[in-house]
Amino acid sequence: MSAELPFHEPGRAWPPAPLIFERSRSGRRAGRPPRPDLPVPELPDGLRRKRPPRLPELSEPELVRHFTALADRTFGVDTGFYPLGSCTMKHNPRVHERLASLPGFRDLHPHQEDEAAQGALELMWRLQEILAEIAGLPAVTLQPAAGSQGELTGLMLMRAYFADRGEERDTIITADTAHGTNPASVTMAGYKLEKVETDARGNLDLDDLRGKVDERTAGLMLTNPSTLGLFDEGIEEVARIFHDAGALLYYDGANLNAVVGRSRPGDMGFDIVHYNLHKTFSQPHGGGGPGGGPVAVRDTIEPFLPVPRVVRDGDAFRLDSDHPKTIGRVRGFAGPFGVFVRSYAYMRAYGPALREMSETAVLNANYVLARLKDVYDLPYDRHCMHEFVLSARGLKREHGVTALDVAKRLMDYGIHPPTIYFPLVVPEALMIEPTETEPKERLDEFVDAMRAIAREAAESPDVLHEAPHGRPVRRLDEVRAAKQPVVRYSFDDDPALVG
Amino acid sequence: MAAAESYPDDLKYHPEHDWARIDGDEATLGVTWFAQDALGELVHYEAPEVGSSISKDASYGEVESVKAVSDIVAPLSGEVLEVNARAVEEPEIVNEDPYGDGWLIRIRMSDAVEVDALMDAEAYKAHVAEQ
Repeated sequence: MSAELPFHEPGRAWPPAPLIFERSRSGRRAGRPPRPDLPVPELPDGLRRKRPPRLPELSEPELVRHFTALADRTFGVDTGFYPLGSCTMKHNPRVHERLASLPGFRDLHPHQEDEAAQGALELMWRLQEILAEIAGLPAVTLQPAAGSQGELTGLMLMRAYFADRGEERDTIITADTAHGTNPASVTMAGYKLEKVETDARGNLDLDDLRGKVDERTAGLMLTNPSTLGLFDEGIEEVARIFHDAGALLYYDGANLNAVVGRSRPGDMGFDIVHYNLHKTFSQPHGGGGPGGGPVAVRDTIEPFLPVPRVVRDGDAFRLDSDHPKTIGRVRGFAGPFGVFVRSYAYMRAYGPALREMSETAVLNANYVLARLKDVYDLPYDRHCMHEFVLSARGLKREHGVTALDVAKRLMDYGIHPPTIYFPLVVPEALMIEPTETEPKERLDEFVDAMRAIAREAAESPDVLHEAPHGRPVRRLDEVRAAKQPVVRYSFDDDPALVG
Repeated sequence: MAAAESYPDDLKYHPEHDWARIDGDEATLGVTWFAQDALGELVHYEAPEVGSSISKDASYGEVESVKAVSDIVAPLSGEVLEVNARAVEEPEIVNEDPYGDGWLIRIRMSDAVEVDALMDAEAYKAHVAEQ
C-alpha cells in the first residue's frame, strides 16, 4: 500500500560508494601545479619524513564522482522534509551566504585595528541590540560559539555573580525533560545537579520544585517551551520561587524559535539567556558547521560578561576589555563572525515581522499534531508550541512496532526521521518539529506517511521491523557501533591499498 | 537474545524498575525486564565501587543503551559487597537474563525495614501496566 504513495522510493539501487583510498591508483593526478621557482628551504634530517604521506591519488573526474556519490547519499533540508525535534532544521536563505562572503566581511583580519573595522563592529553591536530586545535583557555577549558553550558561559556568569556577593551556592536544578547538554554543562561548571519532575500537564512540578530550592541553589536551567514542545504555564511562579531564594534563572534558548516577538525570556523572569543562532537565526547547521551561542544577561550580571565587548562611543564602535569583574574570554577573537552576518541579515530582512517566523512555526506544528493525534499517542494533550512529542507506545503494545521502527520506515518515504526516545519522560517518544519554512504540501506528505506507517504496523509489522528498504544502507547494528566503533580506515588490514 | 517478559514472585520491586532479592541481611539488586526493554540493548554498565555506600531512591550507577544513559536507582540502602563483573564486561547479559546472570550488585543492607516499603510482584505488575 505504501508503494502507492508518490514520494515513496521502494527500492532504488544504490551504486557502491567506495572510500577515496579504494579509488586511488598510484601515479594518478587531478592537476599539475607549476614547479616552484623559489629556492627549496633546507630542512634538518630529523624533521624530514621518511616516506611520503599516504594520500589518495585520483584523476579529477574520479575525484568529482567520489564526492558526488557521497553527496547523493546525504539527506538535508535541501533534500526533503527534516522534522528533527529540538534541532530547528529550517531553510536558510541563500542570500545570506552572499552577504557573509562580501570581501569587506570575509577578508577582514581578526587583528585589524578597530578604526579600520567599523562596519564589522557596527554589525556586531546592532546584532547585540536586536538580540537584547528579543530576550528582554539589556546586555549581550556574542562570543560563545554554540548553545553548549553558551550554557557553560551562563553558568560561569552565575558562579562569578555569587562569588562577587560572597555567597556559596552549589546546586543547579534542571527539568527531567532537559536537553542532555544541561546536566553536562552543570557538571562541567562544577555544580551539583538536581532534577525536578514534570507534572501531568507537562509543566514543572511546582510542589517538587518548592521542596528542592533553598539557600544552596544557584539557579535553574530551563527551556521554555520545554522539550515536550509545551509552554510552561507556571513560569512566573517558577521565577518567584527561585528569586525568593536568591537564585537565578537560566534560559536554554534551544526552543526560542517558538516565541520570538511573542514573549521574552527576560519578562518571564529569566536572568541569563542563550540563543542558538544556528537554529533560530539562519546559520546553516547539521553538518558540523560553525554555530553561534550568544548570551544575554540582566544588568546585575552584566559586569561579569566575557571581554572584549563591542561598545558604541557616539558614532564609533570599539572592542572594550576594561571590565575588571569579567569572567574573561570564552572564545578566540570576537566570536564566529560569519554567523553574525547571516543572523543579522536574517533579522533585518524580517524586520518587525520577525514574530511571523515563530507564529508560523507554531501553526505548522499544531496543524501536524492535529492530524496525527488520533493514530499516535499524545502524552500531554495540549496545544503545542513549535514542536510536539508523540508516543509509539500503542503501536509497541499492540503490534510490537517501536519508535525506532517508525523512524526507519519514514526514511523509505523520503523523510528524515524525527528525534526519537527523547525526552526521556515519554516512552517510545517521537519528537517532531516541522519549522516555519515548510509548505502545507510537505506537511501533508509527512502526515500521510505517518498515517500509512501506523496502518503498516497493524497489517505488515515486519516491513517496519526491517526498514529502511530503499536507502543506501539497511538497519545498522547500533549496539556494535557503540561498543566497537571503527572510526578510521585500517591500512594494516588491507596492505594492497598502501601506496 | 532478549528475555521474555516476567516478574518473579520471589523478588521485591522499586517503582523505578529495580528489583531486590533478599537473603538475610544481604540483597542482590538489578533492573527489571521492563527497564531493560525500555532501554534497549545495553552497551555499558557503570558500576559503583565495592565498599561504597548506596542510598535508597538515589542513583548508584548508570546503564547506557543506544537510546540513552540512565541512572540505576537503589531500591535499598547499604554497602556494596560485590559488583557483577560479567555485567560490566558484557552488559547485554542484563537484556538476556535480567533476574539471573544480569544482576548488578550485591549489598549488605543498612536498614532492613526498607524492604517493607518495596512492592511485591503483583503490585509491580500493576505499576508496569500503568506505564
